[in-house]
Amino acid sequence: MELATLEESATAAMENTTPGQPPISSIPHKMIAKDLNCFFGKTQAIRNVTLAIPTDQVLAIIGPSGCGKSTFLRSLNRMHEVAGGTLTGKVLLDGMDVYDSDPVVVRRRVGMVFQKANPFPTMSIFDNVAAGLRLNGTRNKNKIGETVERSLKQAALWDEVKDSLNKSGMSLSGGQQQRLCIARTLAVDPEVVLMDEPASALDPISTAKIEELIYDLKKNYTIAIVTHNMQQAARVSDFTAFFYMGELIEVDDTKTMFTAPQQKRTEDYITGRFG
Amino acid sequence: MTKGSNAGVDRWRKFKNAFMIGLSVLSALVVIAPLFVIFGYTLSRGIGSVNLDFFIHMPKPVGETGGGMANAIVGSLMMVGIGGLIGLPIGIIAGVYLAEFGKNPFGAAVRFMSDVLSGIPSIVVGIVAYVIVVIPMKHFSGFAGSVALAILMIPTVTRTTEEMILLVPHSLREASLALGVPSWKTTIRVILPVATKGITTGVLLAIARAAGETAPLLFTALGNRFWSTSLNQPMASLTVFIYDYSKAPFTDWNNQAWAAAFVLICIVFLVNILFRLVTRSRYGIGNT
Repeated sequence: MELATLEESATAAMENTTPGQPPISSIPHKMIAKDLNCFFGKTQAIRNVTLAIPTDQVLAIIGPSGCGKSTFLRSLNRMHEVAGGTLTGKVLLDGMDVYDSDPVVVRRRVGMVFQKANPFPTMSIFDNVAAGLRLNGTRNKNKIGETVERSLKQAALWDEVKDSLNKSGMSLSGGQQQRLCIARTLAVDPEVVLMDEPASALDPISTAKIEELIYDLKKNYTIAIVTHNMQQAARVSDFTAFFYMGELIEVDDTKTMFTAPQQKRTEDYITGRFG
Repeated sequence: MTKGSNAGVDRWRKFKNAFMIGLSVLSALVVIAPLFVIFGYTLSRGIGSVNLDFFIHMPKPVGETGGGMANAIVGSLMMVGIGGLIGLPIGIIAGVYLAEFGKNPFGAAVRFMSDVLSGIPSIVVGIVAYVIVVIPMKHFSGFAGSVALAILMIPTVTRTTEEMILLVPHSLREASLALGVPSWKTTIRVILPVATKGITTGVLLAIARAAGETAPLLFTALGNRFWSTSLNQPMASLTVFIYDYSKAPFTDWNNQAWAAAFVLICIVFLVNILFRLVTRSRYGIGNT
């Protein structure tokens, strides 16, 4: 699928719908959330959001702190419930109802990278990347070795660690640790990768590496990334969704969002007038 | 504010800082002082009677000097060992339960009972083991002693395990779950290894406490002056020997009691080191 036609279809869909309503039907999408409401106890974090995650594209989710963007992301692979949250509505992965499936199966297909790098501290670099395979029962040493190398290469970390695979994952720098976590996520071969502010704790050089990585990854993976950094959203994403107070305010292709947003609140946020 | 008054404030602040550091160091010394005093005194009183005979010979009958406590050393090791085999797995698994699924009234009850149990005098635990093991078996036995020691180990291990698991950052659990690893495997393969160091501390405390108990063994294993490794028979232990020999009117026995105390301290010390080596993390990471 050509990017241009996607953008056209997205824009066309936008024009046919009321402002703020996402063009969900016309974009080929890997995942879609329908009428999603997320709660923490009685507090509602997400209000009636319907949003598609376009196939093999990068969707950036932006919005001020506490707007529900992380909660939305975590509802996609059922991590929301791990934090004790509840929800109503539907999340579909290739048409499969995520909340009607085994969470273990869902999470193998929809991986996640967290804000703070969280390598397993008792494991070596190699073991960290191999963890997903091993813990899911893979015993084949050749396959594990190949997968670890492939994943570390995909995460642009291989050259830096290939001679120290037996060292602790914690011995790496913050940026390397985050790329290690990305490699760990890629090793289980997910179809969708969710990233929750993956570069917000990193310096500009490490951030640039992660961003390049995201750009490369979208050839094979569907990516949704939550970010506070507007420039980052503009740089890495094909589509951008703006959340505010738990609601999806607007979603469009990134260029349109940053040049001609339909909603005043989107424009105010993007231009830094609040948030 | 003038520079002069600043200097005065500075001096006062530095004095307070030095004073508090001094106080901390002093308190730390007071904490370790009793250990050195006990160890030094036991060493000076007991070392004279510690020789090869002490480790390989049986106690001599009253009136004869010499002899050893080979049966008591083996008995103590066996009862603490069997007690550990019974008590430690129960304690650790119960601790895992409390940490993972214990956020309900049942968990709260288990937690509370466990705290109460750890505060119960050990002699009462001995009586309980007497009632539930000795009476049905109709005789004292090493097994009954092991059960009493196991009951003493359980609450310490349960609560330490729970607390150490709860200390493991939630982000590690999320990372594992997000890889599609089932919850139970996450606990066993990701969470427990990180908590191992802390759990080891709890296990060692429990073992050391059990190794030093006398009262619960008096009602259960009773003691034995002869060689016996049968768990079905009364069994000798260092602590019961210390108790018997220290109140005996024979100087030779009193000296042997000191020797037994010294040997017991050394055994606990060695077990500590051994456990630390075995459970040492490859990267020296974990909770303490």
